[in-house]
Amino acid sequence: MLQIDDLKVTLGGRDILHGISLQVRPGEVVAICGPNGAGKSTLLRAALGEVPAQGRVTLNGQDLRQGKPQALARLRAVLPQDTQAAFPFTVAEIVAMGQDAGDFAPEPGLVRRALAEVGLDHLADASIQTLSGGERQRAHLARALAQVWQPVGPQGARWLFLDEPVASLDLGHQLFVMRLMRRYADAGGGVVAVMHDLNLTAMFADRIAFVIGGRIAACGPPDAVLDPGLLERAYGCRIAMNTAPASGPWFVPQAAQAG
Amino acid sequence: MVALSPDLTGLRTPALRRFLTPGLVALLVLASLWSLSSGAAGLGPGQLLAALTGDGLSARDEVVLYQIRLPRLAMGIAVGAALAVSGALLQGLFRNPLADPGIVGVGAGAGLGAVLAIVLGGLLPAGVLAVTGSHLVPLAAAFGGWVTTLLLYRIATAGGQTRVTTLLLAGIALAALAGAATGVLVYLADDRQLRDLTFWGMGSLAGATWGKLAAALPLIALVLLMMPFLARALNTLALGEAQAAHMGIDVQRMKRRAILSAAAATGAAVAVSGGIGFVGIVVPHLLRQADGPDHRRLLPRAALLGAALLVLADLLSRSIVAPAELPIGIITALLGAPVFLWILLSQPSAARG
Ligand SMILES: Nc1ncnc2c1ncn2[C@@H]1O[C@H](COP(=O)(O)OP(=O)(O)OP(=O)(O)O)[C@@H](O)[C@H]1O
Ligand SMILES: [Mg+2]
Repeated sequence: MLQIDDLKVTLGGRDILHGISLQVRPGEVVAICGPNGAGKSTLLRAALGEVPAQGRVTLNGQDLRQGKPQALARLRAVLPQDTQAAFPFTVAEIVAMGQDAGDFAPEPGLVRRALAEVGLDHLADASIQTLSGGERQRAHLARALAQVWQPVGPQGARWLFLDEPVASLDLGHQLFVMRLMRRYADAGGGVVAVMHDLNLTAMFADRIAFVIGGRIAACGPPDAVLDPGLLERAYGCRIAMNTAPASGPWFVPQAAQAG
Repeated sequence: MVALSPDLTGLRTPALRRFLTPGLVALLVLASLWSLSSGAAGLGPGQLLAALTGDGLSARDEVVLYQIRLPRLAMGIAVGAALAVSGALLQGLFRNPLADPGIVGVGAGAGLGAVLAIVLGGLLPAGVLAVTGSHLVPLAAAFGGWVTTLLLYRIATAGGQTRVTTLLLAGIALAALAGAATGVLVYLADDRQLRDLTFWGMGSLAGATWGKLAAALPLIALVLLMMPFLARALNTLALGEAQAAHMGIDVQRMKRRAILSAAAATGAAVAVSGGIGFVGIVVPHLLRQADGPDHRRLLPRAALLGAALLVLADLLSRSIVAPAELPIGIITALLGAPVFLWILLSQPSAARG
């Protein structure tokens, strides 16, 4: 269980988060949505202890902000919005770093399997510094995956915290990675992901925490949260909601209103 | 990005990976034997073989071998290993292949510490002097290097990111400051201290004795022992401080250890051999090109290659203008400065700014 209580962040004299509370249960995929600058990344980073904050955050009962790094590494893995490697490690070496941080007995071939999970096995020996943006994001996702490979461990559920895991991916790989997140949660793990794509979010997330201006404007299942009024307030344009054949609503920004 | 440095991951074949470490050991052994058997005193390979197999050496050859060449060789090995490892540590810490103890001012800070100990060490309470003994100069140098590294880290690193320009410019400023303070101390020195200082400042292995080696060796050994505890942490640090922490690393503790280790190694090397530049940048760079940046392999191999390289450089410095000697720092600079420029030009432009 992830429990965020009244999380407040002030950066550079500006209040970025105004007291955010959120609970996520294992087995859930929870998406954090909202416009640019709303505080989604800050919420994730503050919850993980990267940013000074007030408030309390626990994961499976452990303090997520100030816990021992080694204990927390066995409980959750993190994919940042972008990661730059200072040295030309190979993709396989990067993924192995994640595996070394986990606590389960390393399975033979786990690095390869984690790479296959994100469709990157053919680039295992390439330098991480030469990958394209989307390939790099998938490589680091494989690293996170290798760190918390089994969704449930001795201390309960394991967790993935992902900041825009599909933002730089092509359509096929977006679907691929969303399915992967879904499977991880269905197997008992927890997934918290910052998302911009409302269509994919509506298809795969159990709940959405919609952040506007550092506050949670709405929180609940996609069809309850994603109403035209909220979306217009958030994005400053009208969003048409169609109904796609089988998979829930379908969001199209209306050009006429955007200009 | 200026593509002067081709992507060499293709070089990283399993064969190379397997034979690199044994190859480096062989290189070090060969370089050592070559170094022992060359010099003006005529003790050649034949006599060396005789000494190794237990046959007698003449009394004069024995003195040359055991009191001159062996301590000098051992010092070359220790100093080369220390400089190369501290370079690799600083580069991992600053997340940048250009960080070299000589270039970013750590060597100058260590030099200031050493000079302080030589000139003002006599003012310390007798009790302290009795405890430190001959270790005073290396310890003071390590302390000077440590203070410089801490300052450098404060100045050049914000939010886990190091800007190369800030790093290099701050290094220049700190080196200038340490150099000025060293200059003032030299004015204060009396005749005997001046002799020590001149000797020390030559940046050479010429003054090697067993005593000096014994003074520096504990610090260097300490750093070599620390390497396995730092390697994985430095690997994860390449992805940034936050990611390292998320992968289970106690980042603050790791940084303290890395800074202390790099300073101790640099300090010990500088204390016994003066400033020998560029070993710390050339060795890790070559090894990264050959078999990637994994510090679990890089650090021990840096010790081996650094030792071999310095032994060979010393050999060159003794033979080019024999019977005179070139300062070894000239040889390492001739080798190292082009490599430094090569790395600088092949940095992604973002990291260069
Ligand atoms: N260190 C900082 N100092 C001052 N302001 C900051 C700092 N870090 C972030 N901010 C501000 O906080 C706000 C929220 O940033 P955050 O990165 O959380 O946005 P986000 O919701 O993730 O946006 P995006 O969709 O663009 O990723 C932004 O307005 C940003 O400018
Ligand atoms: Mg963001």
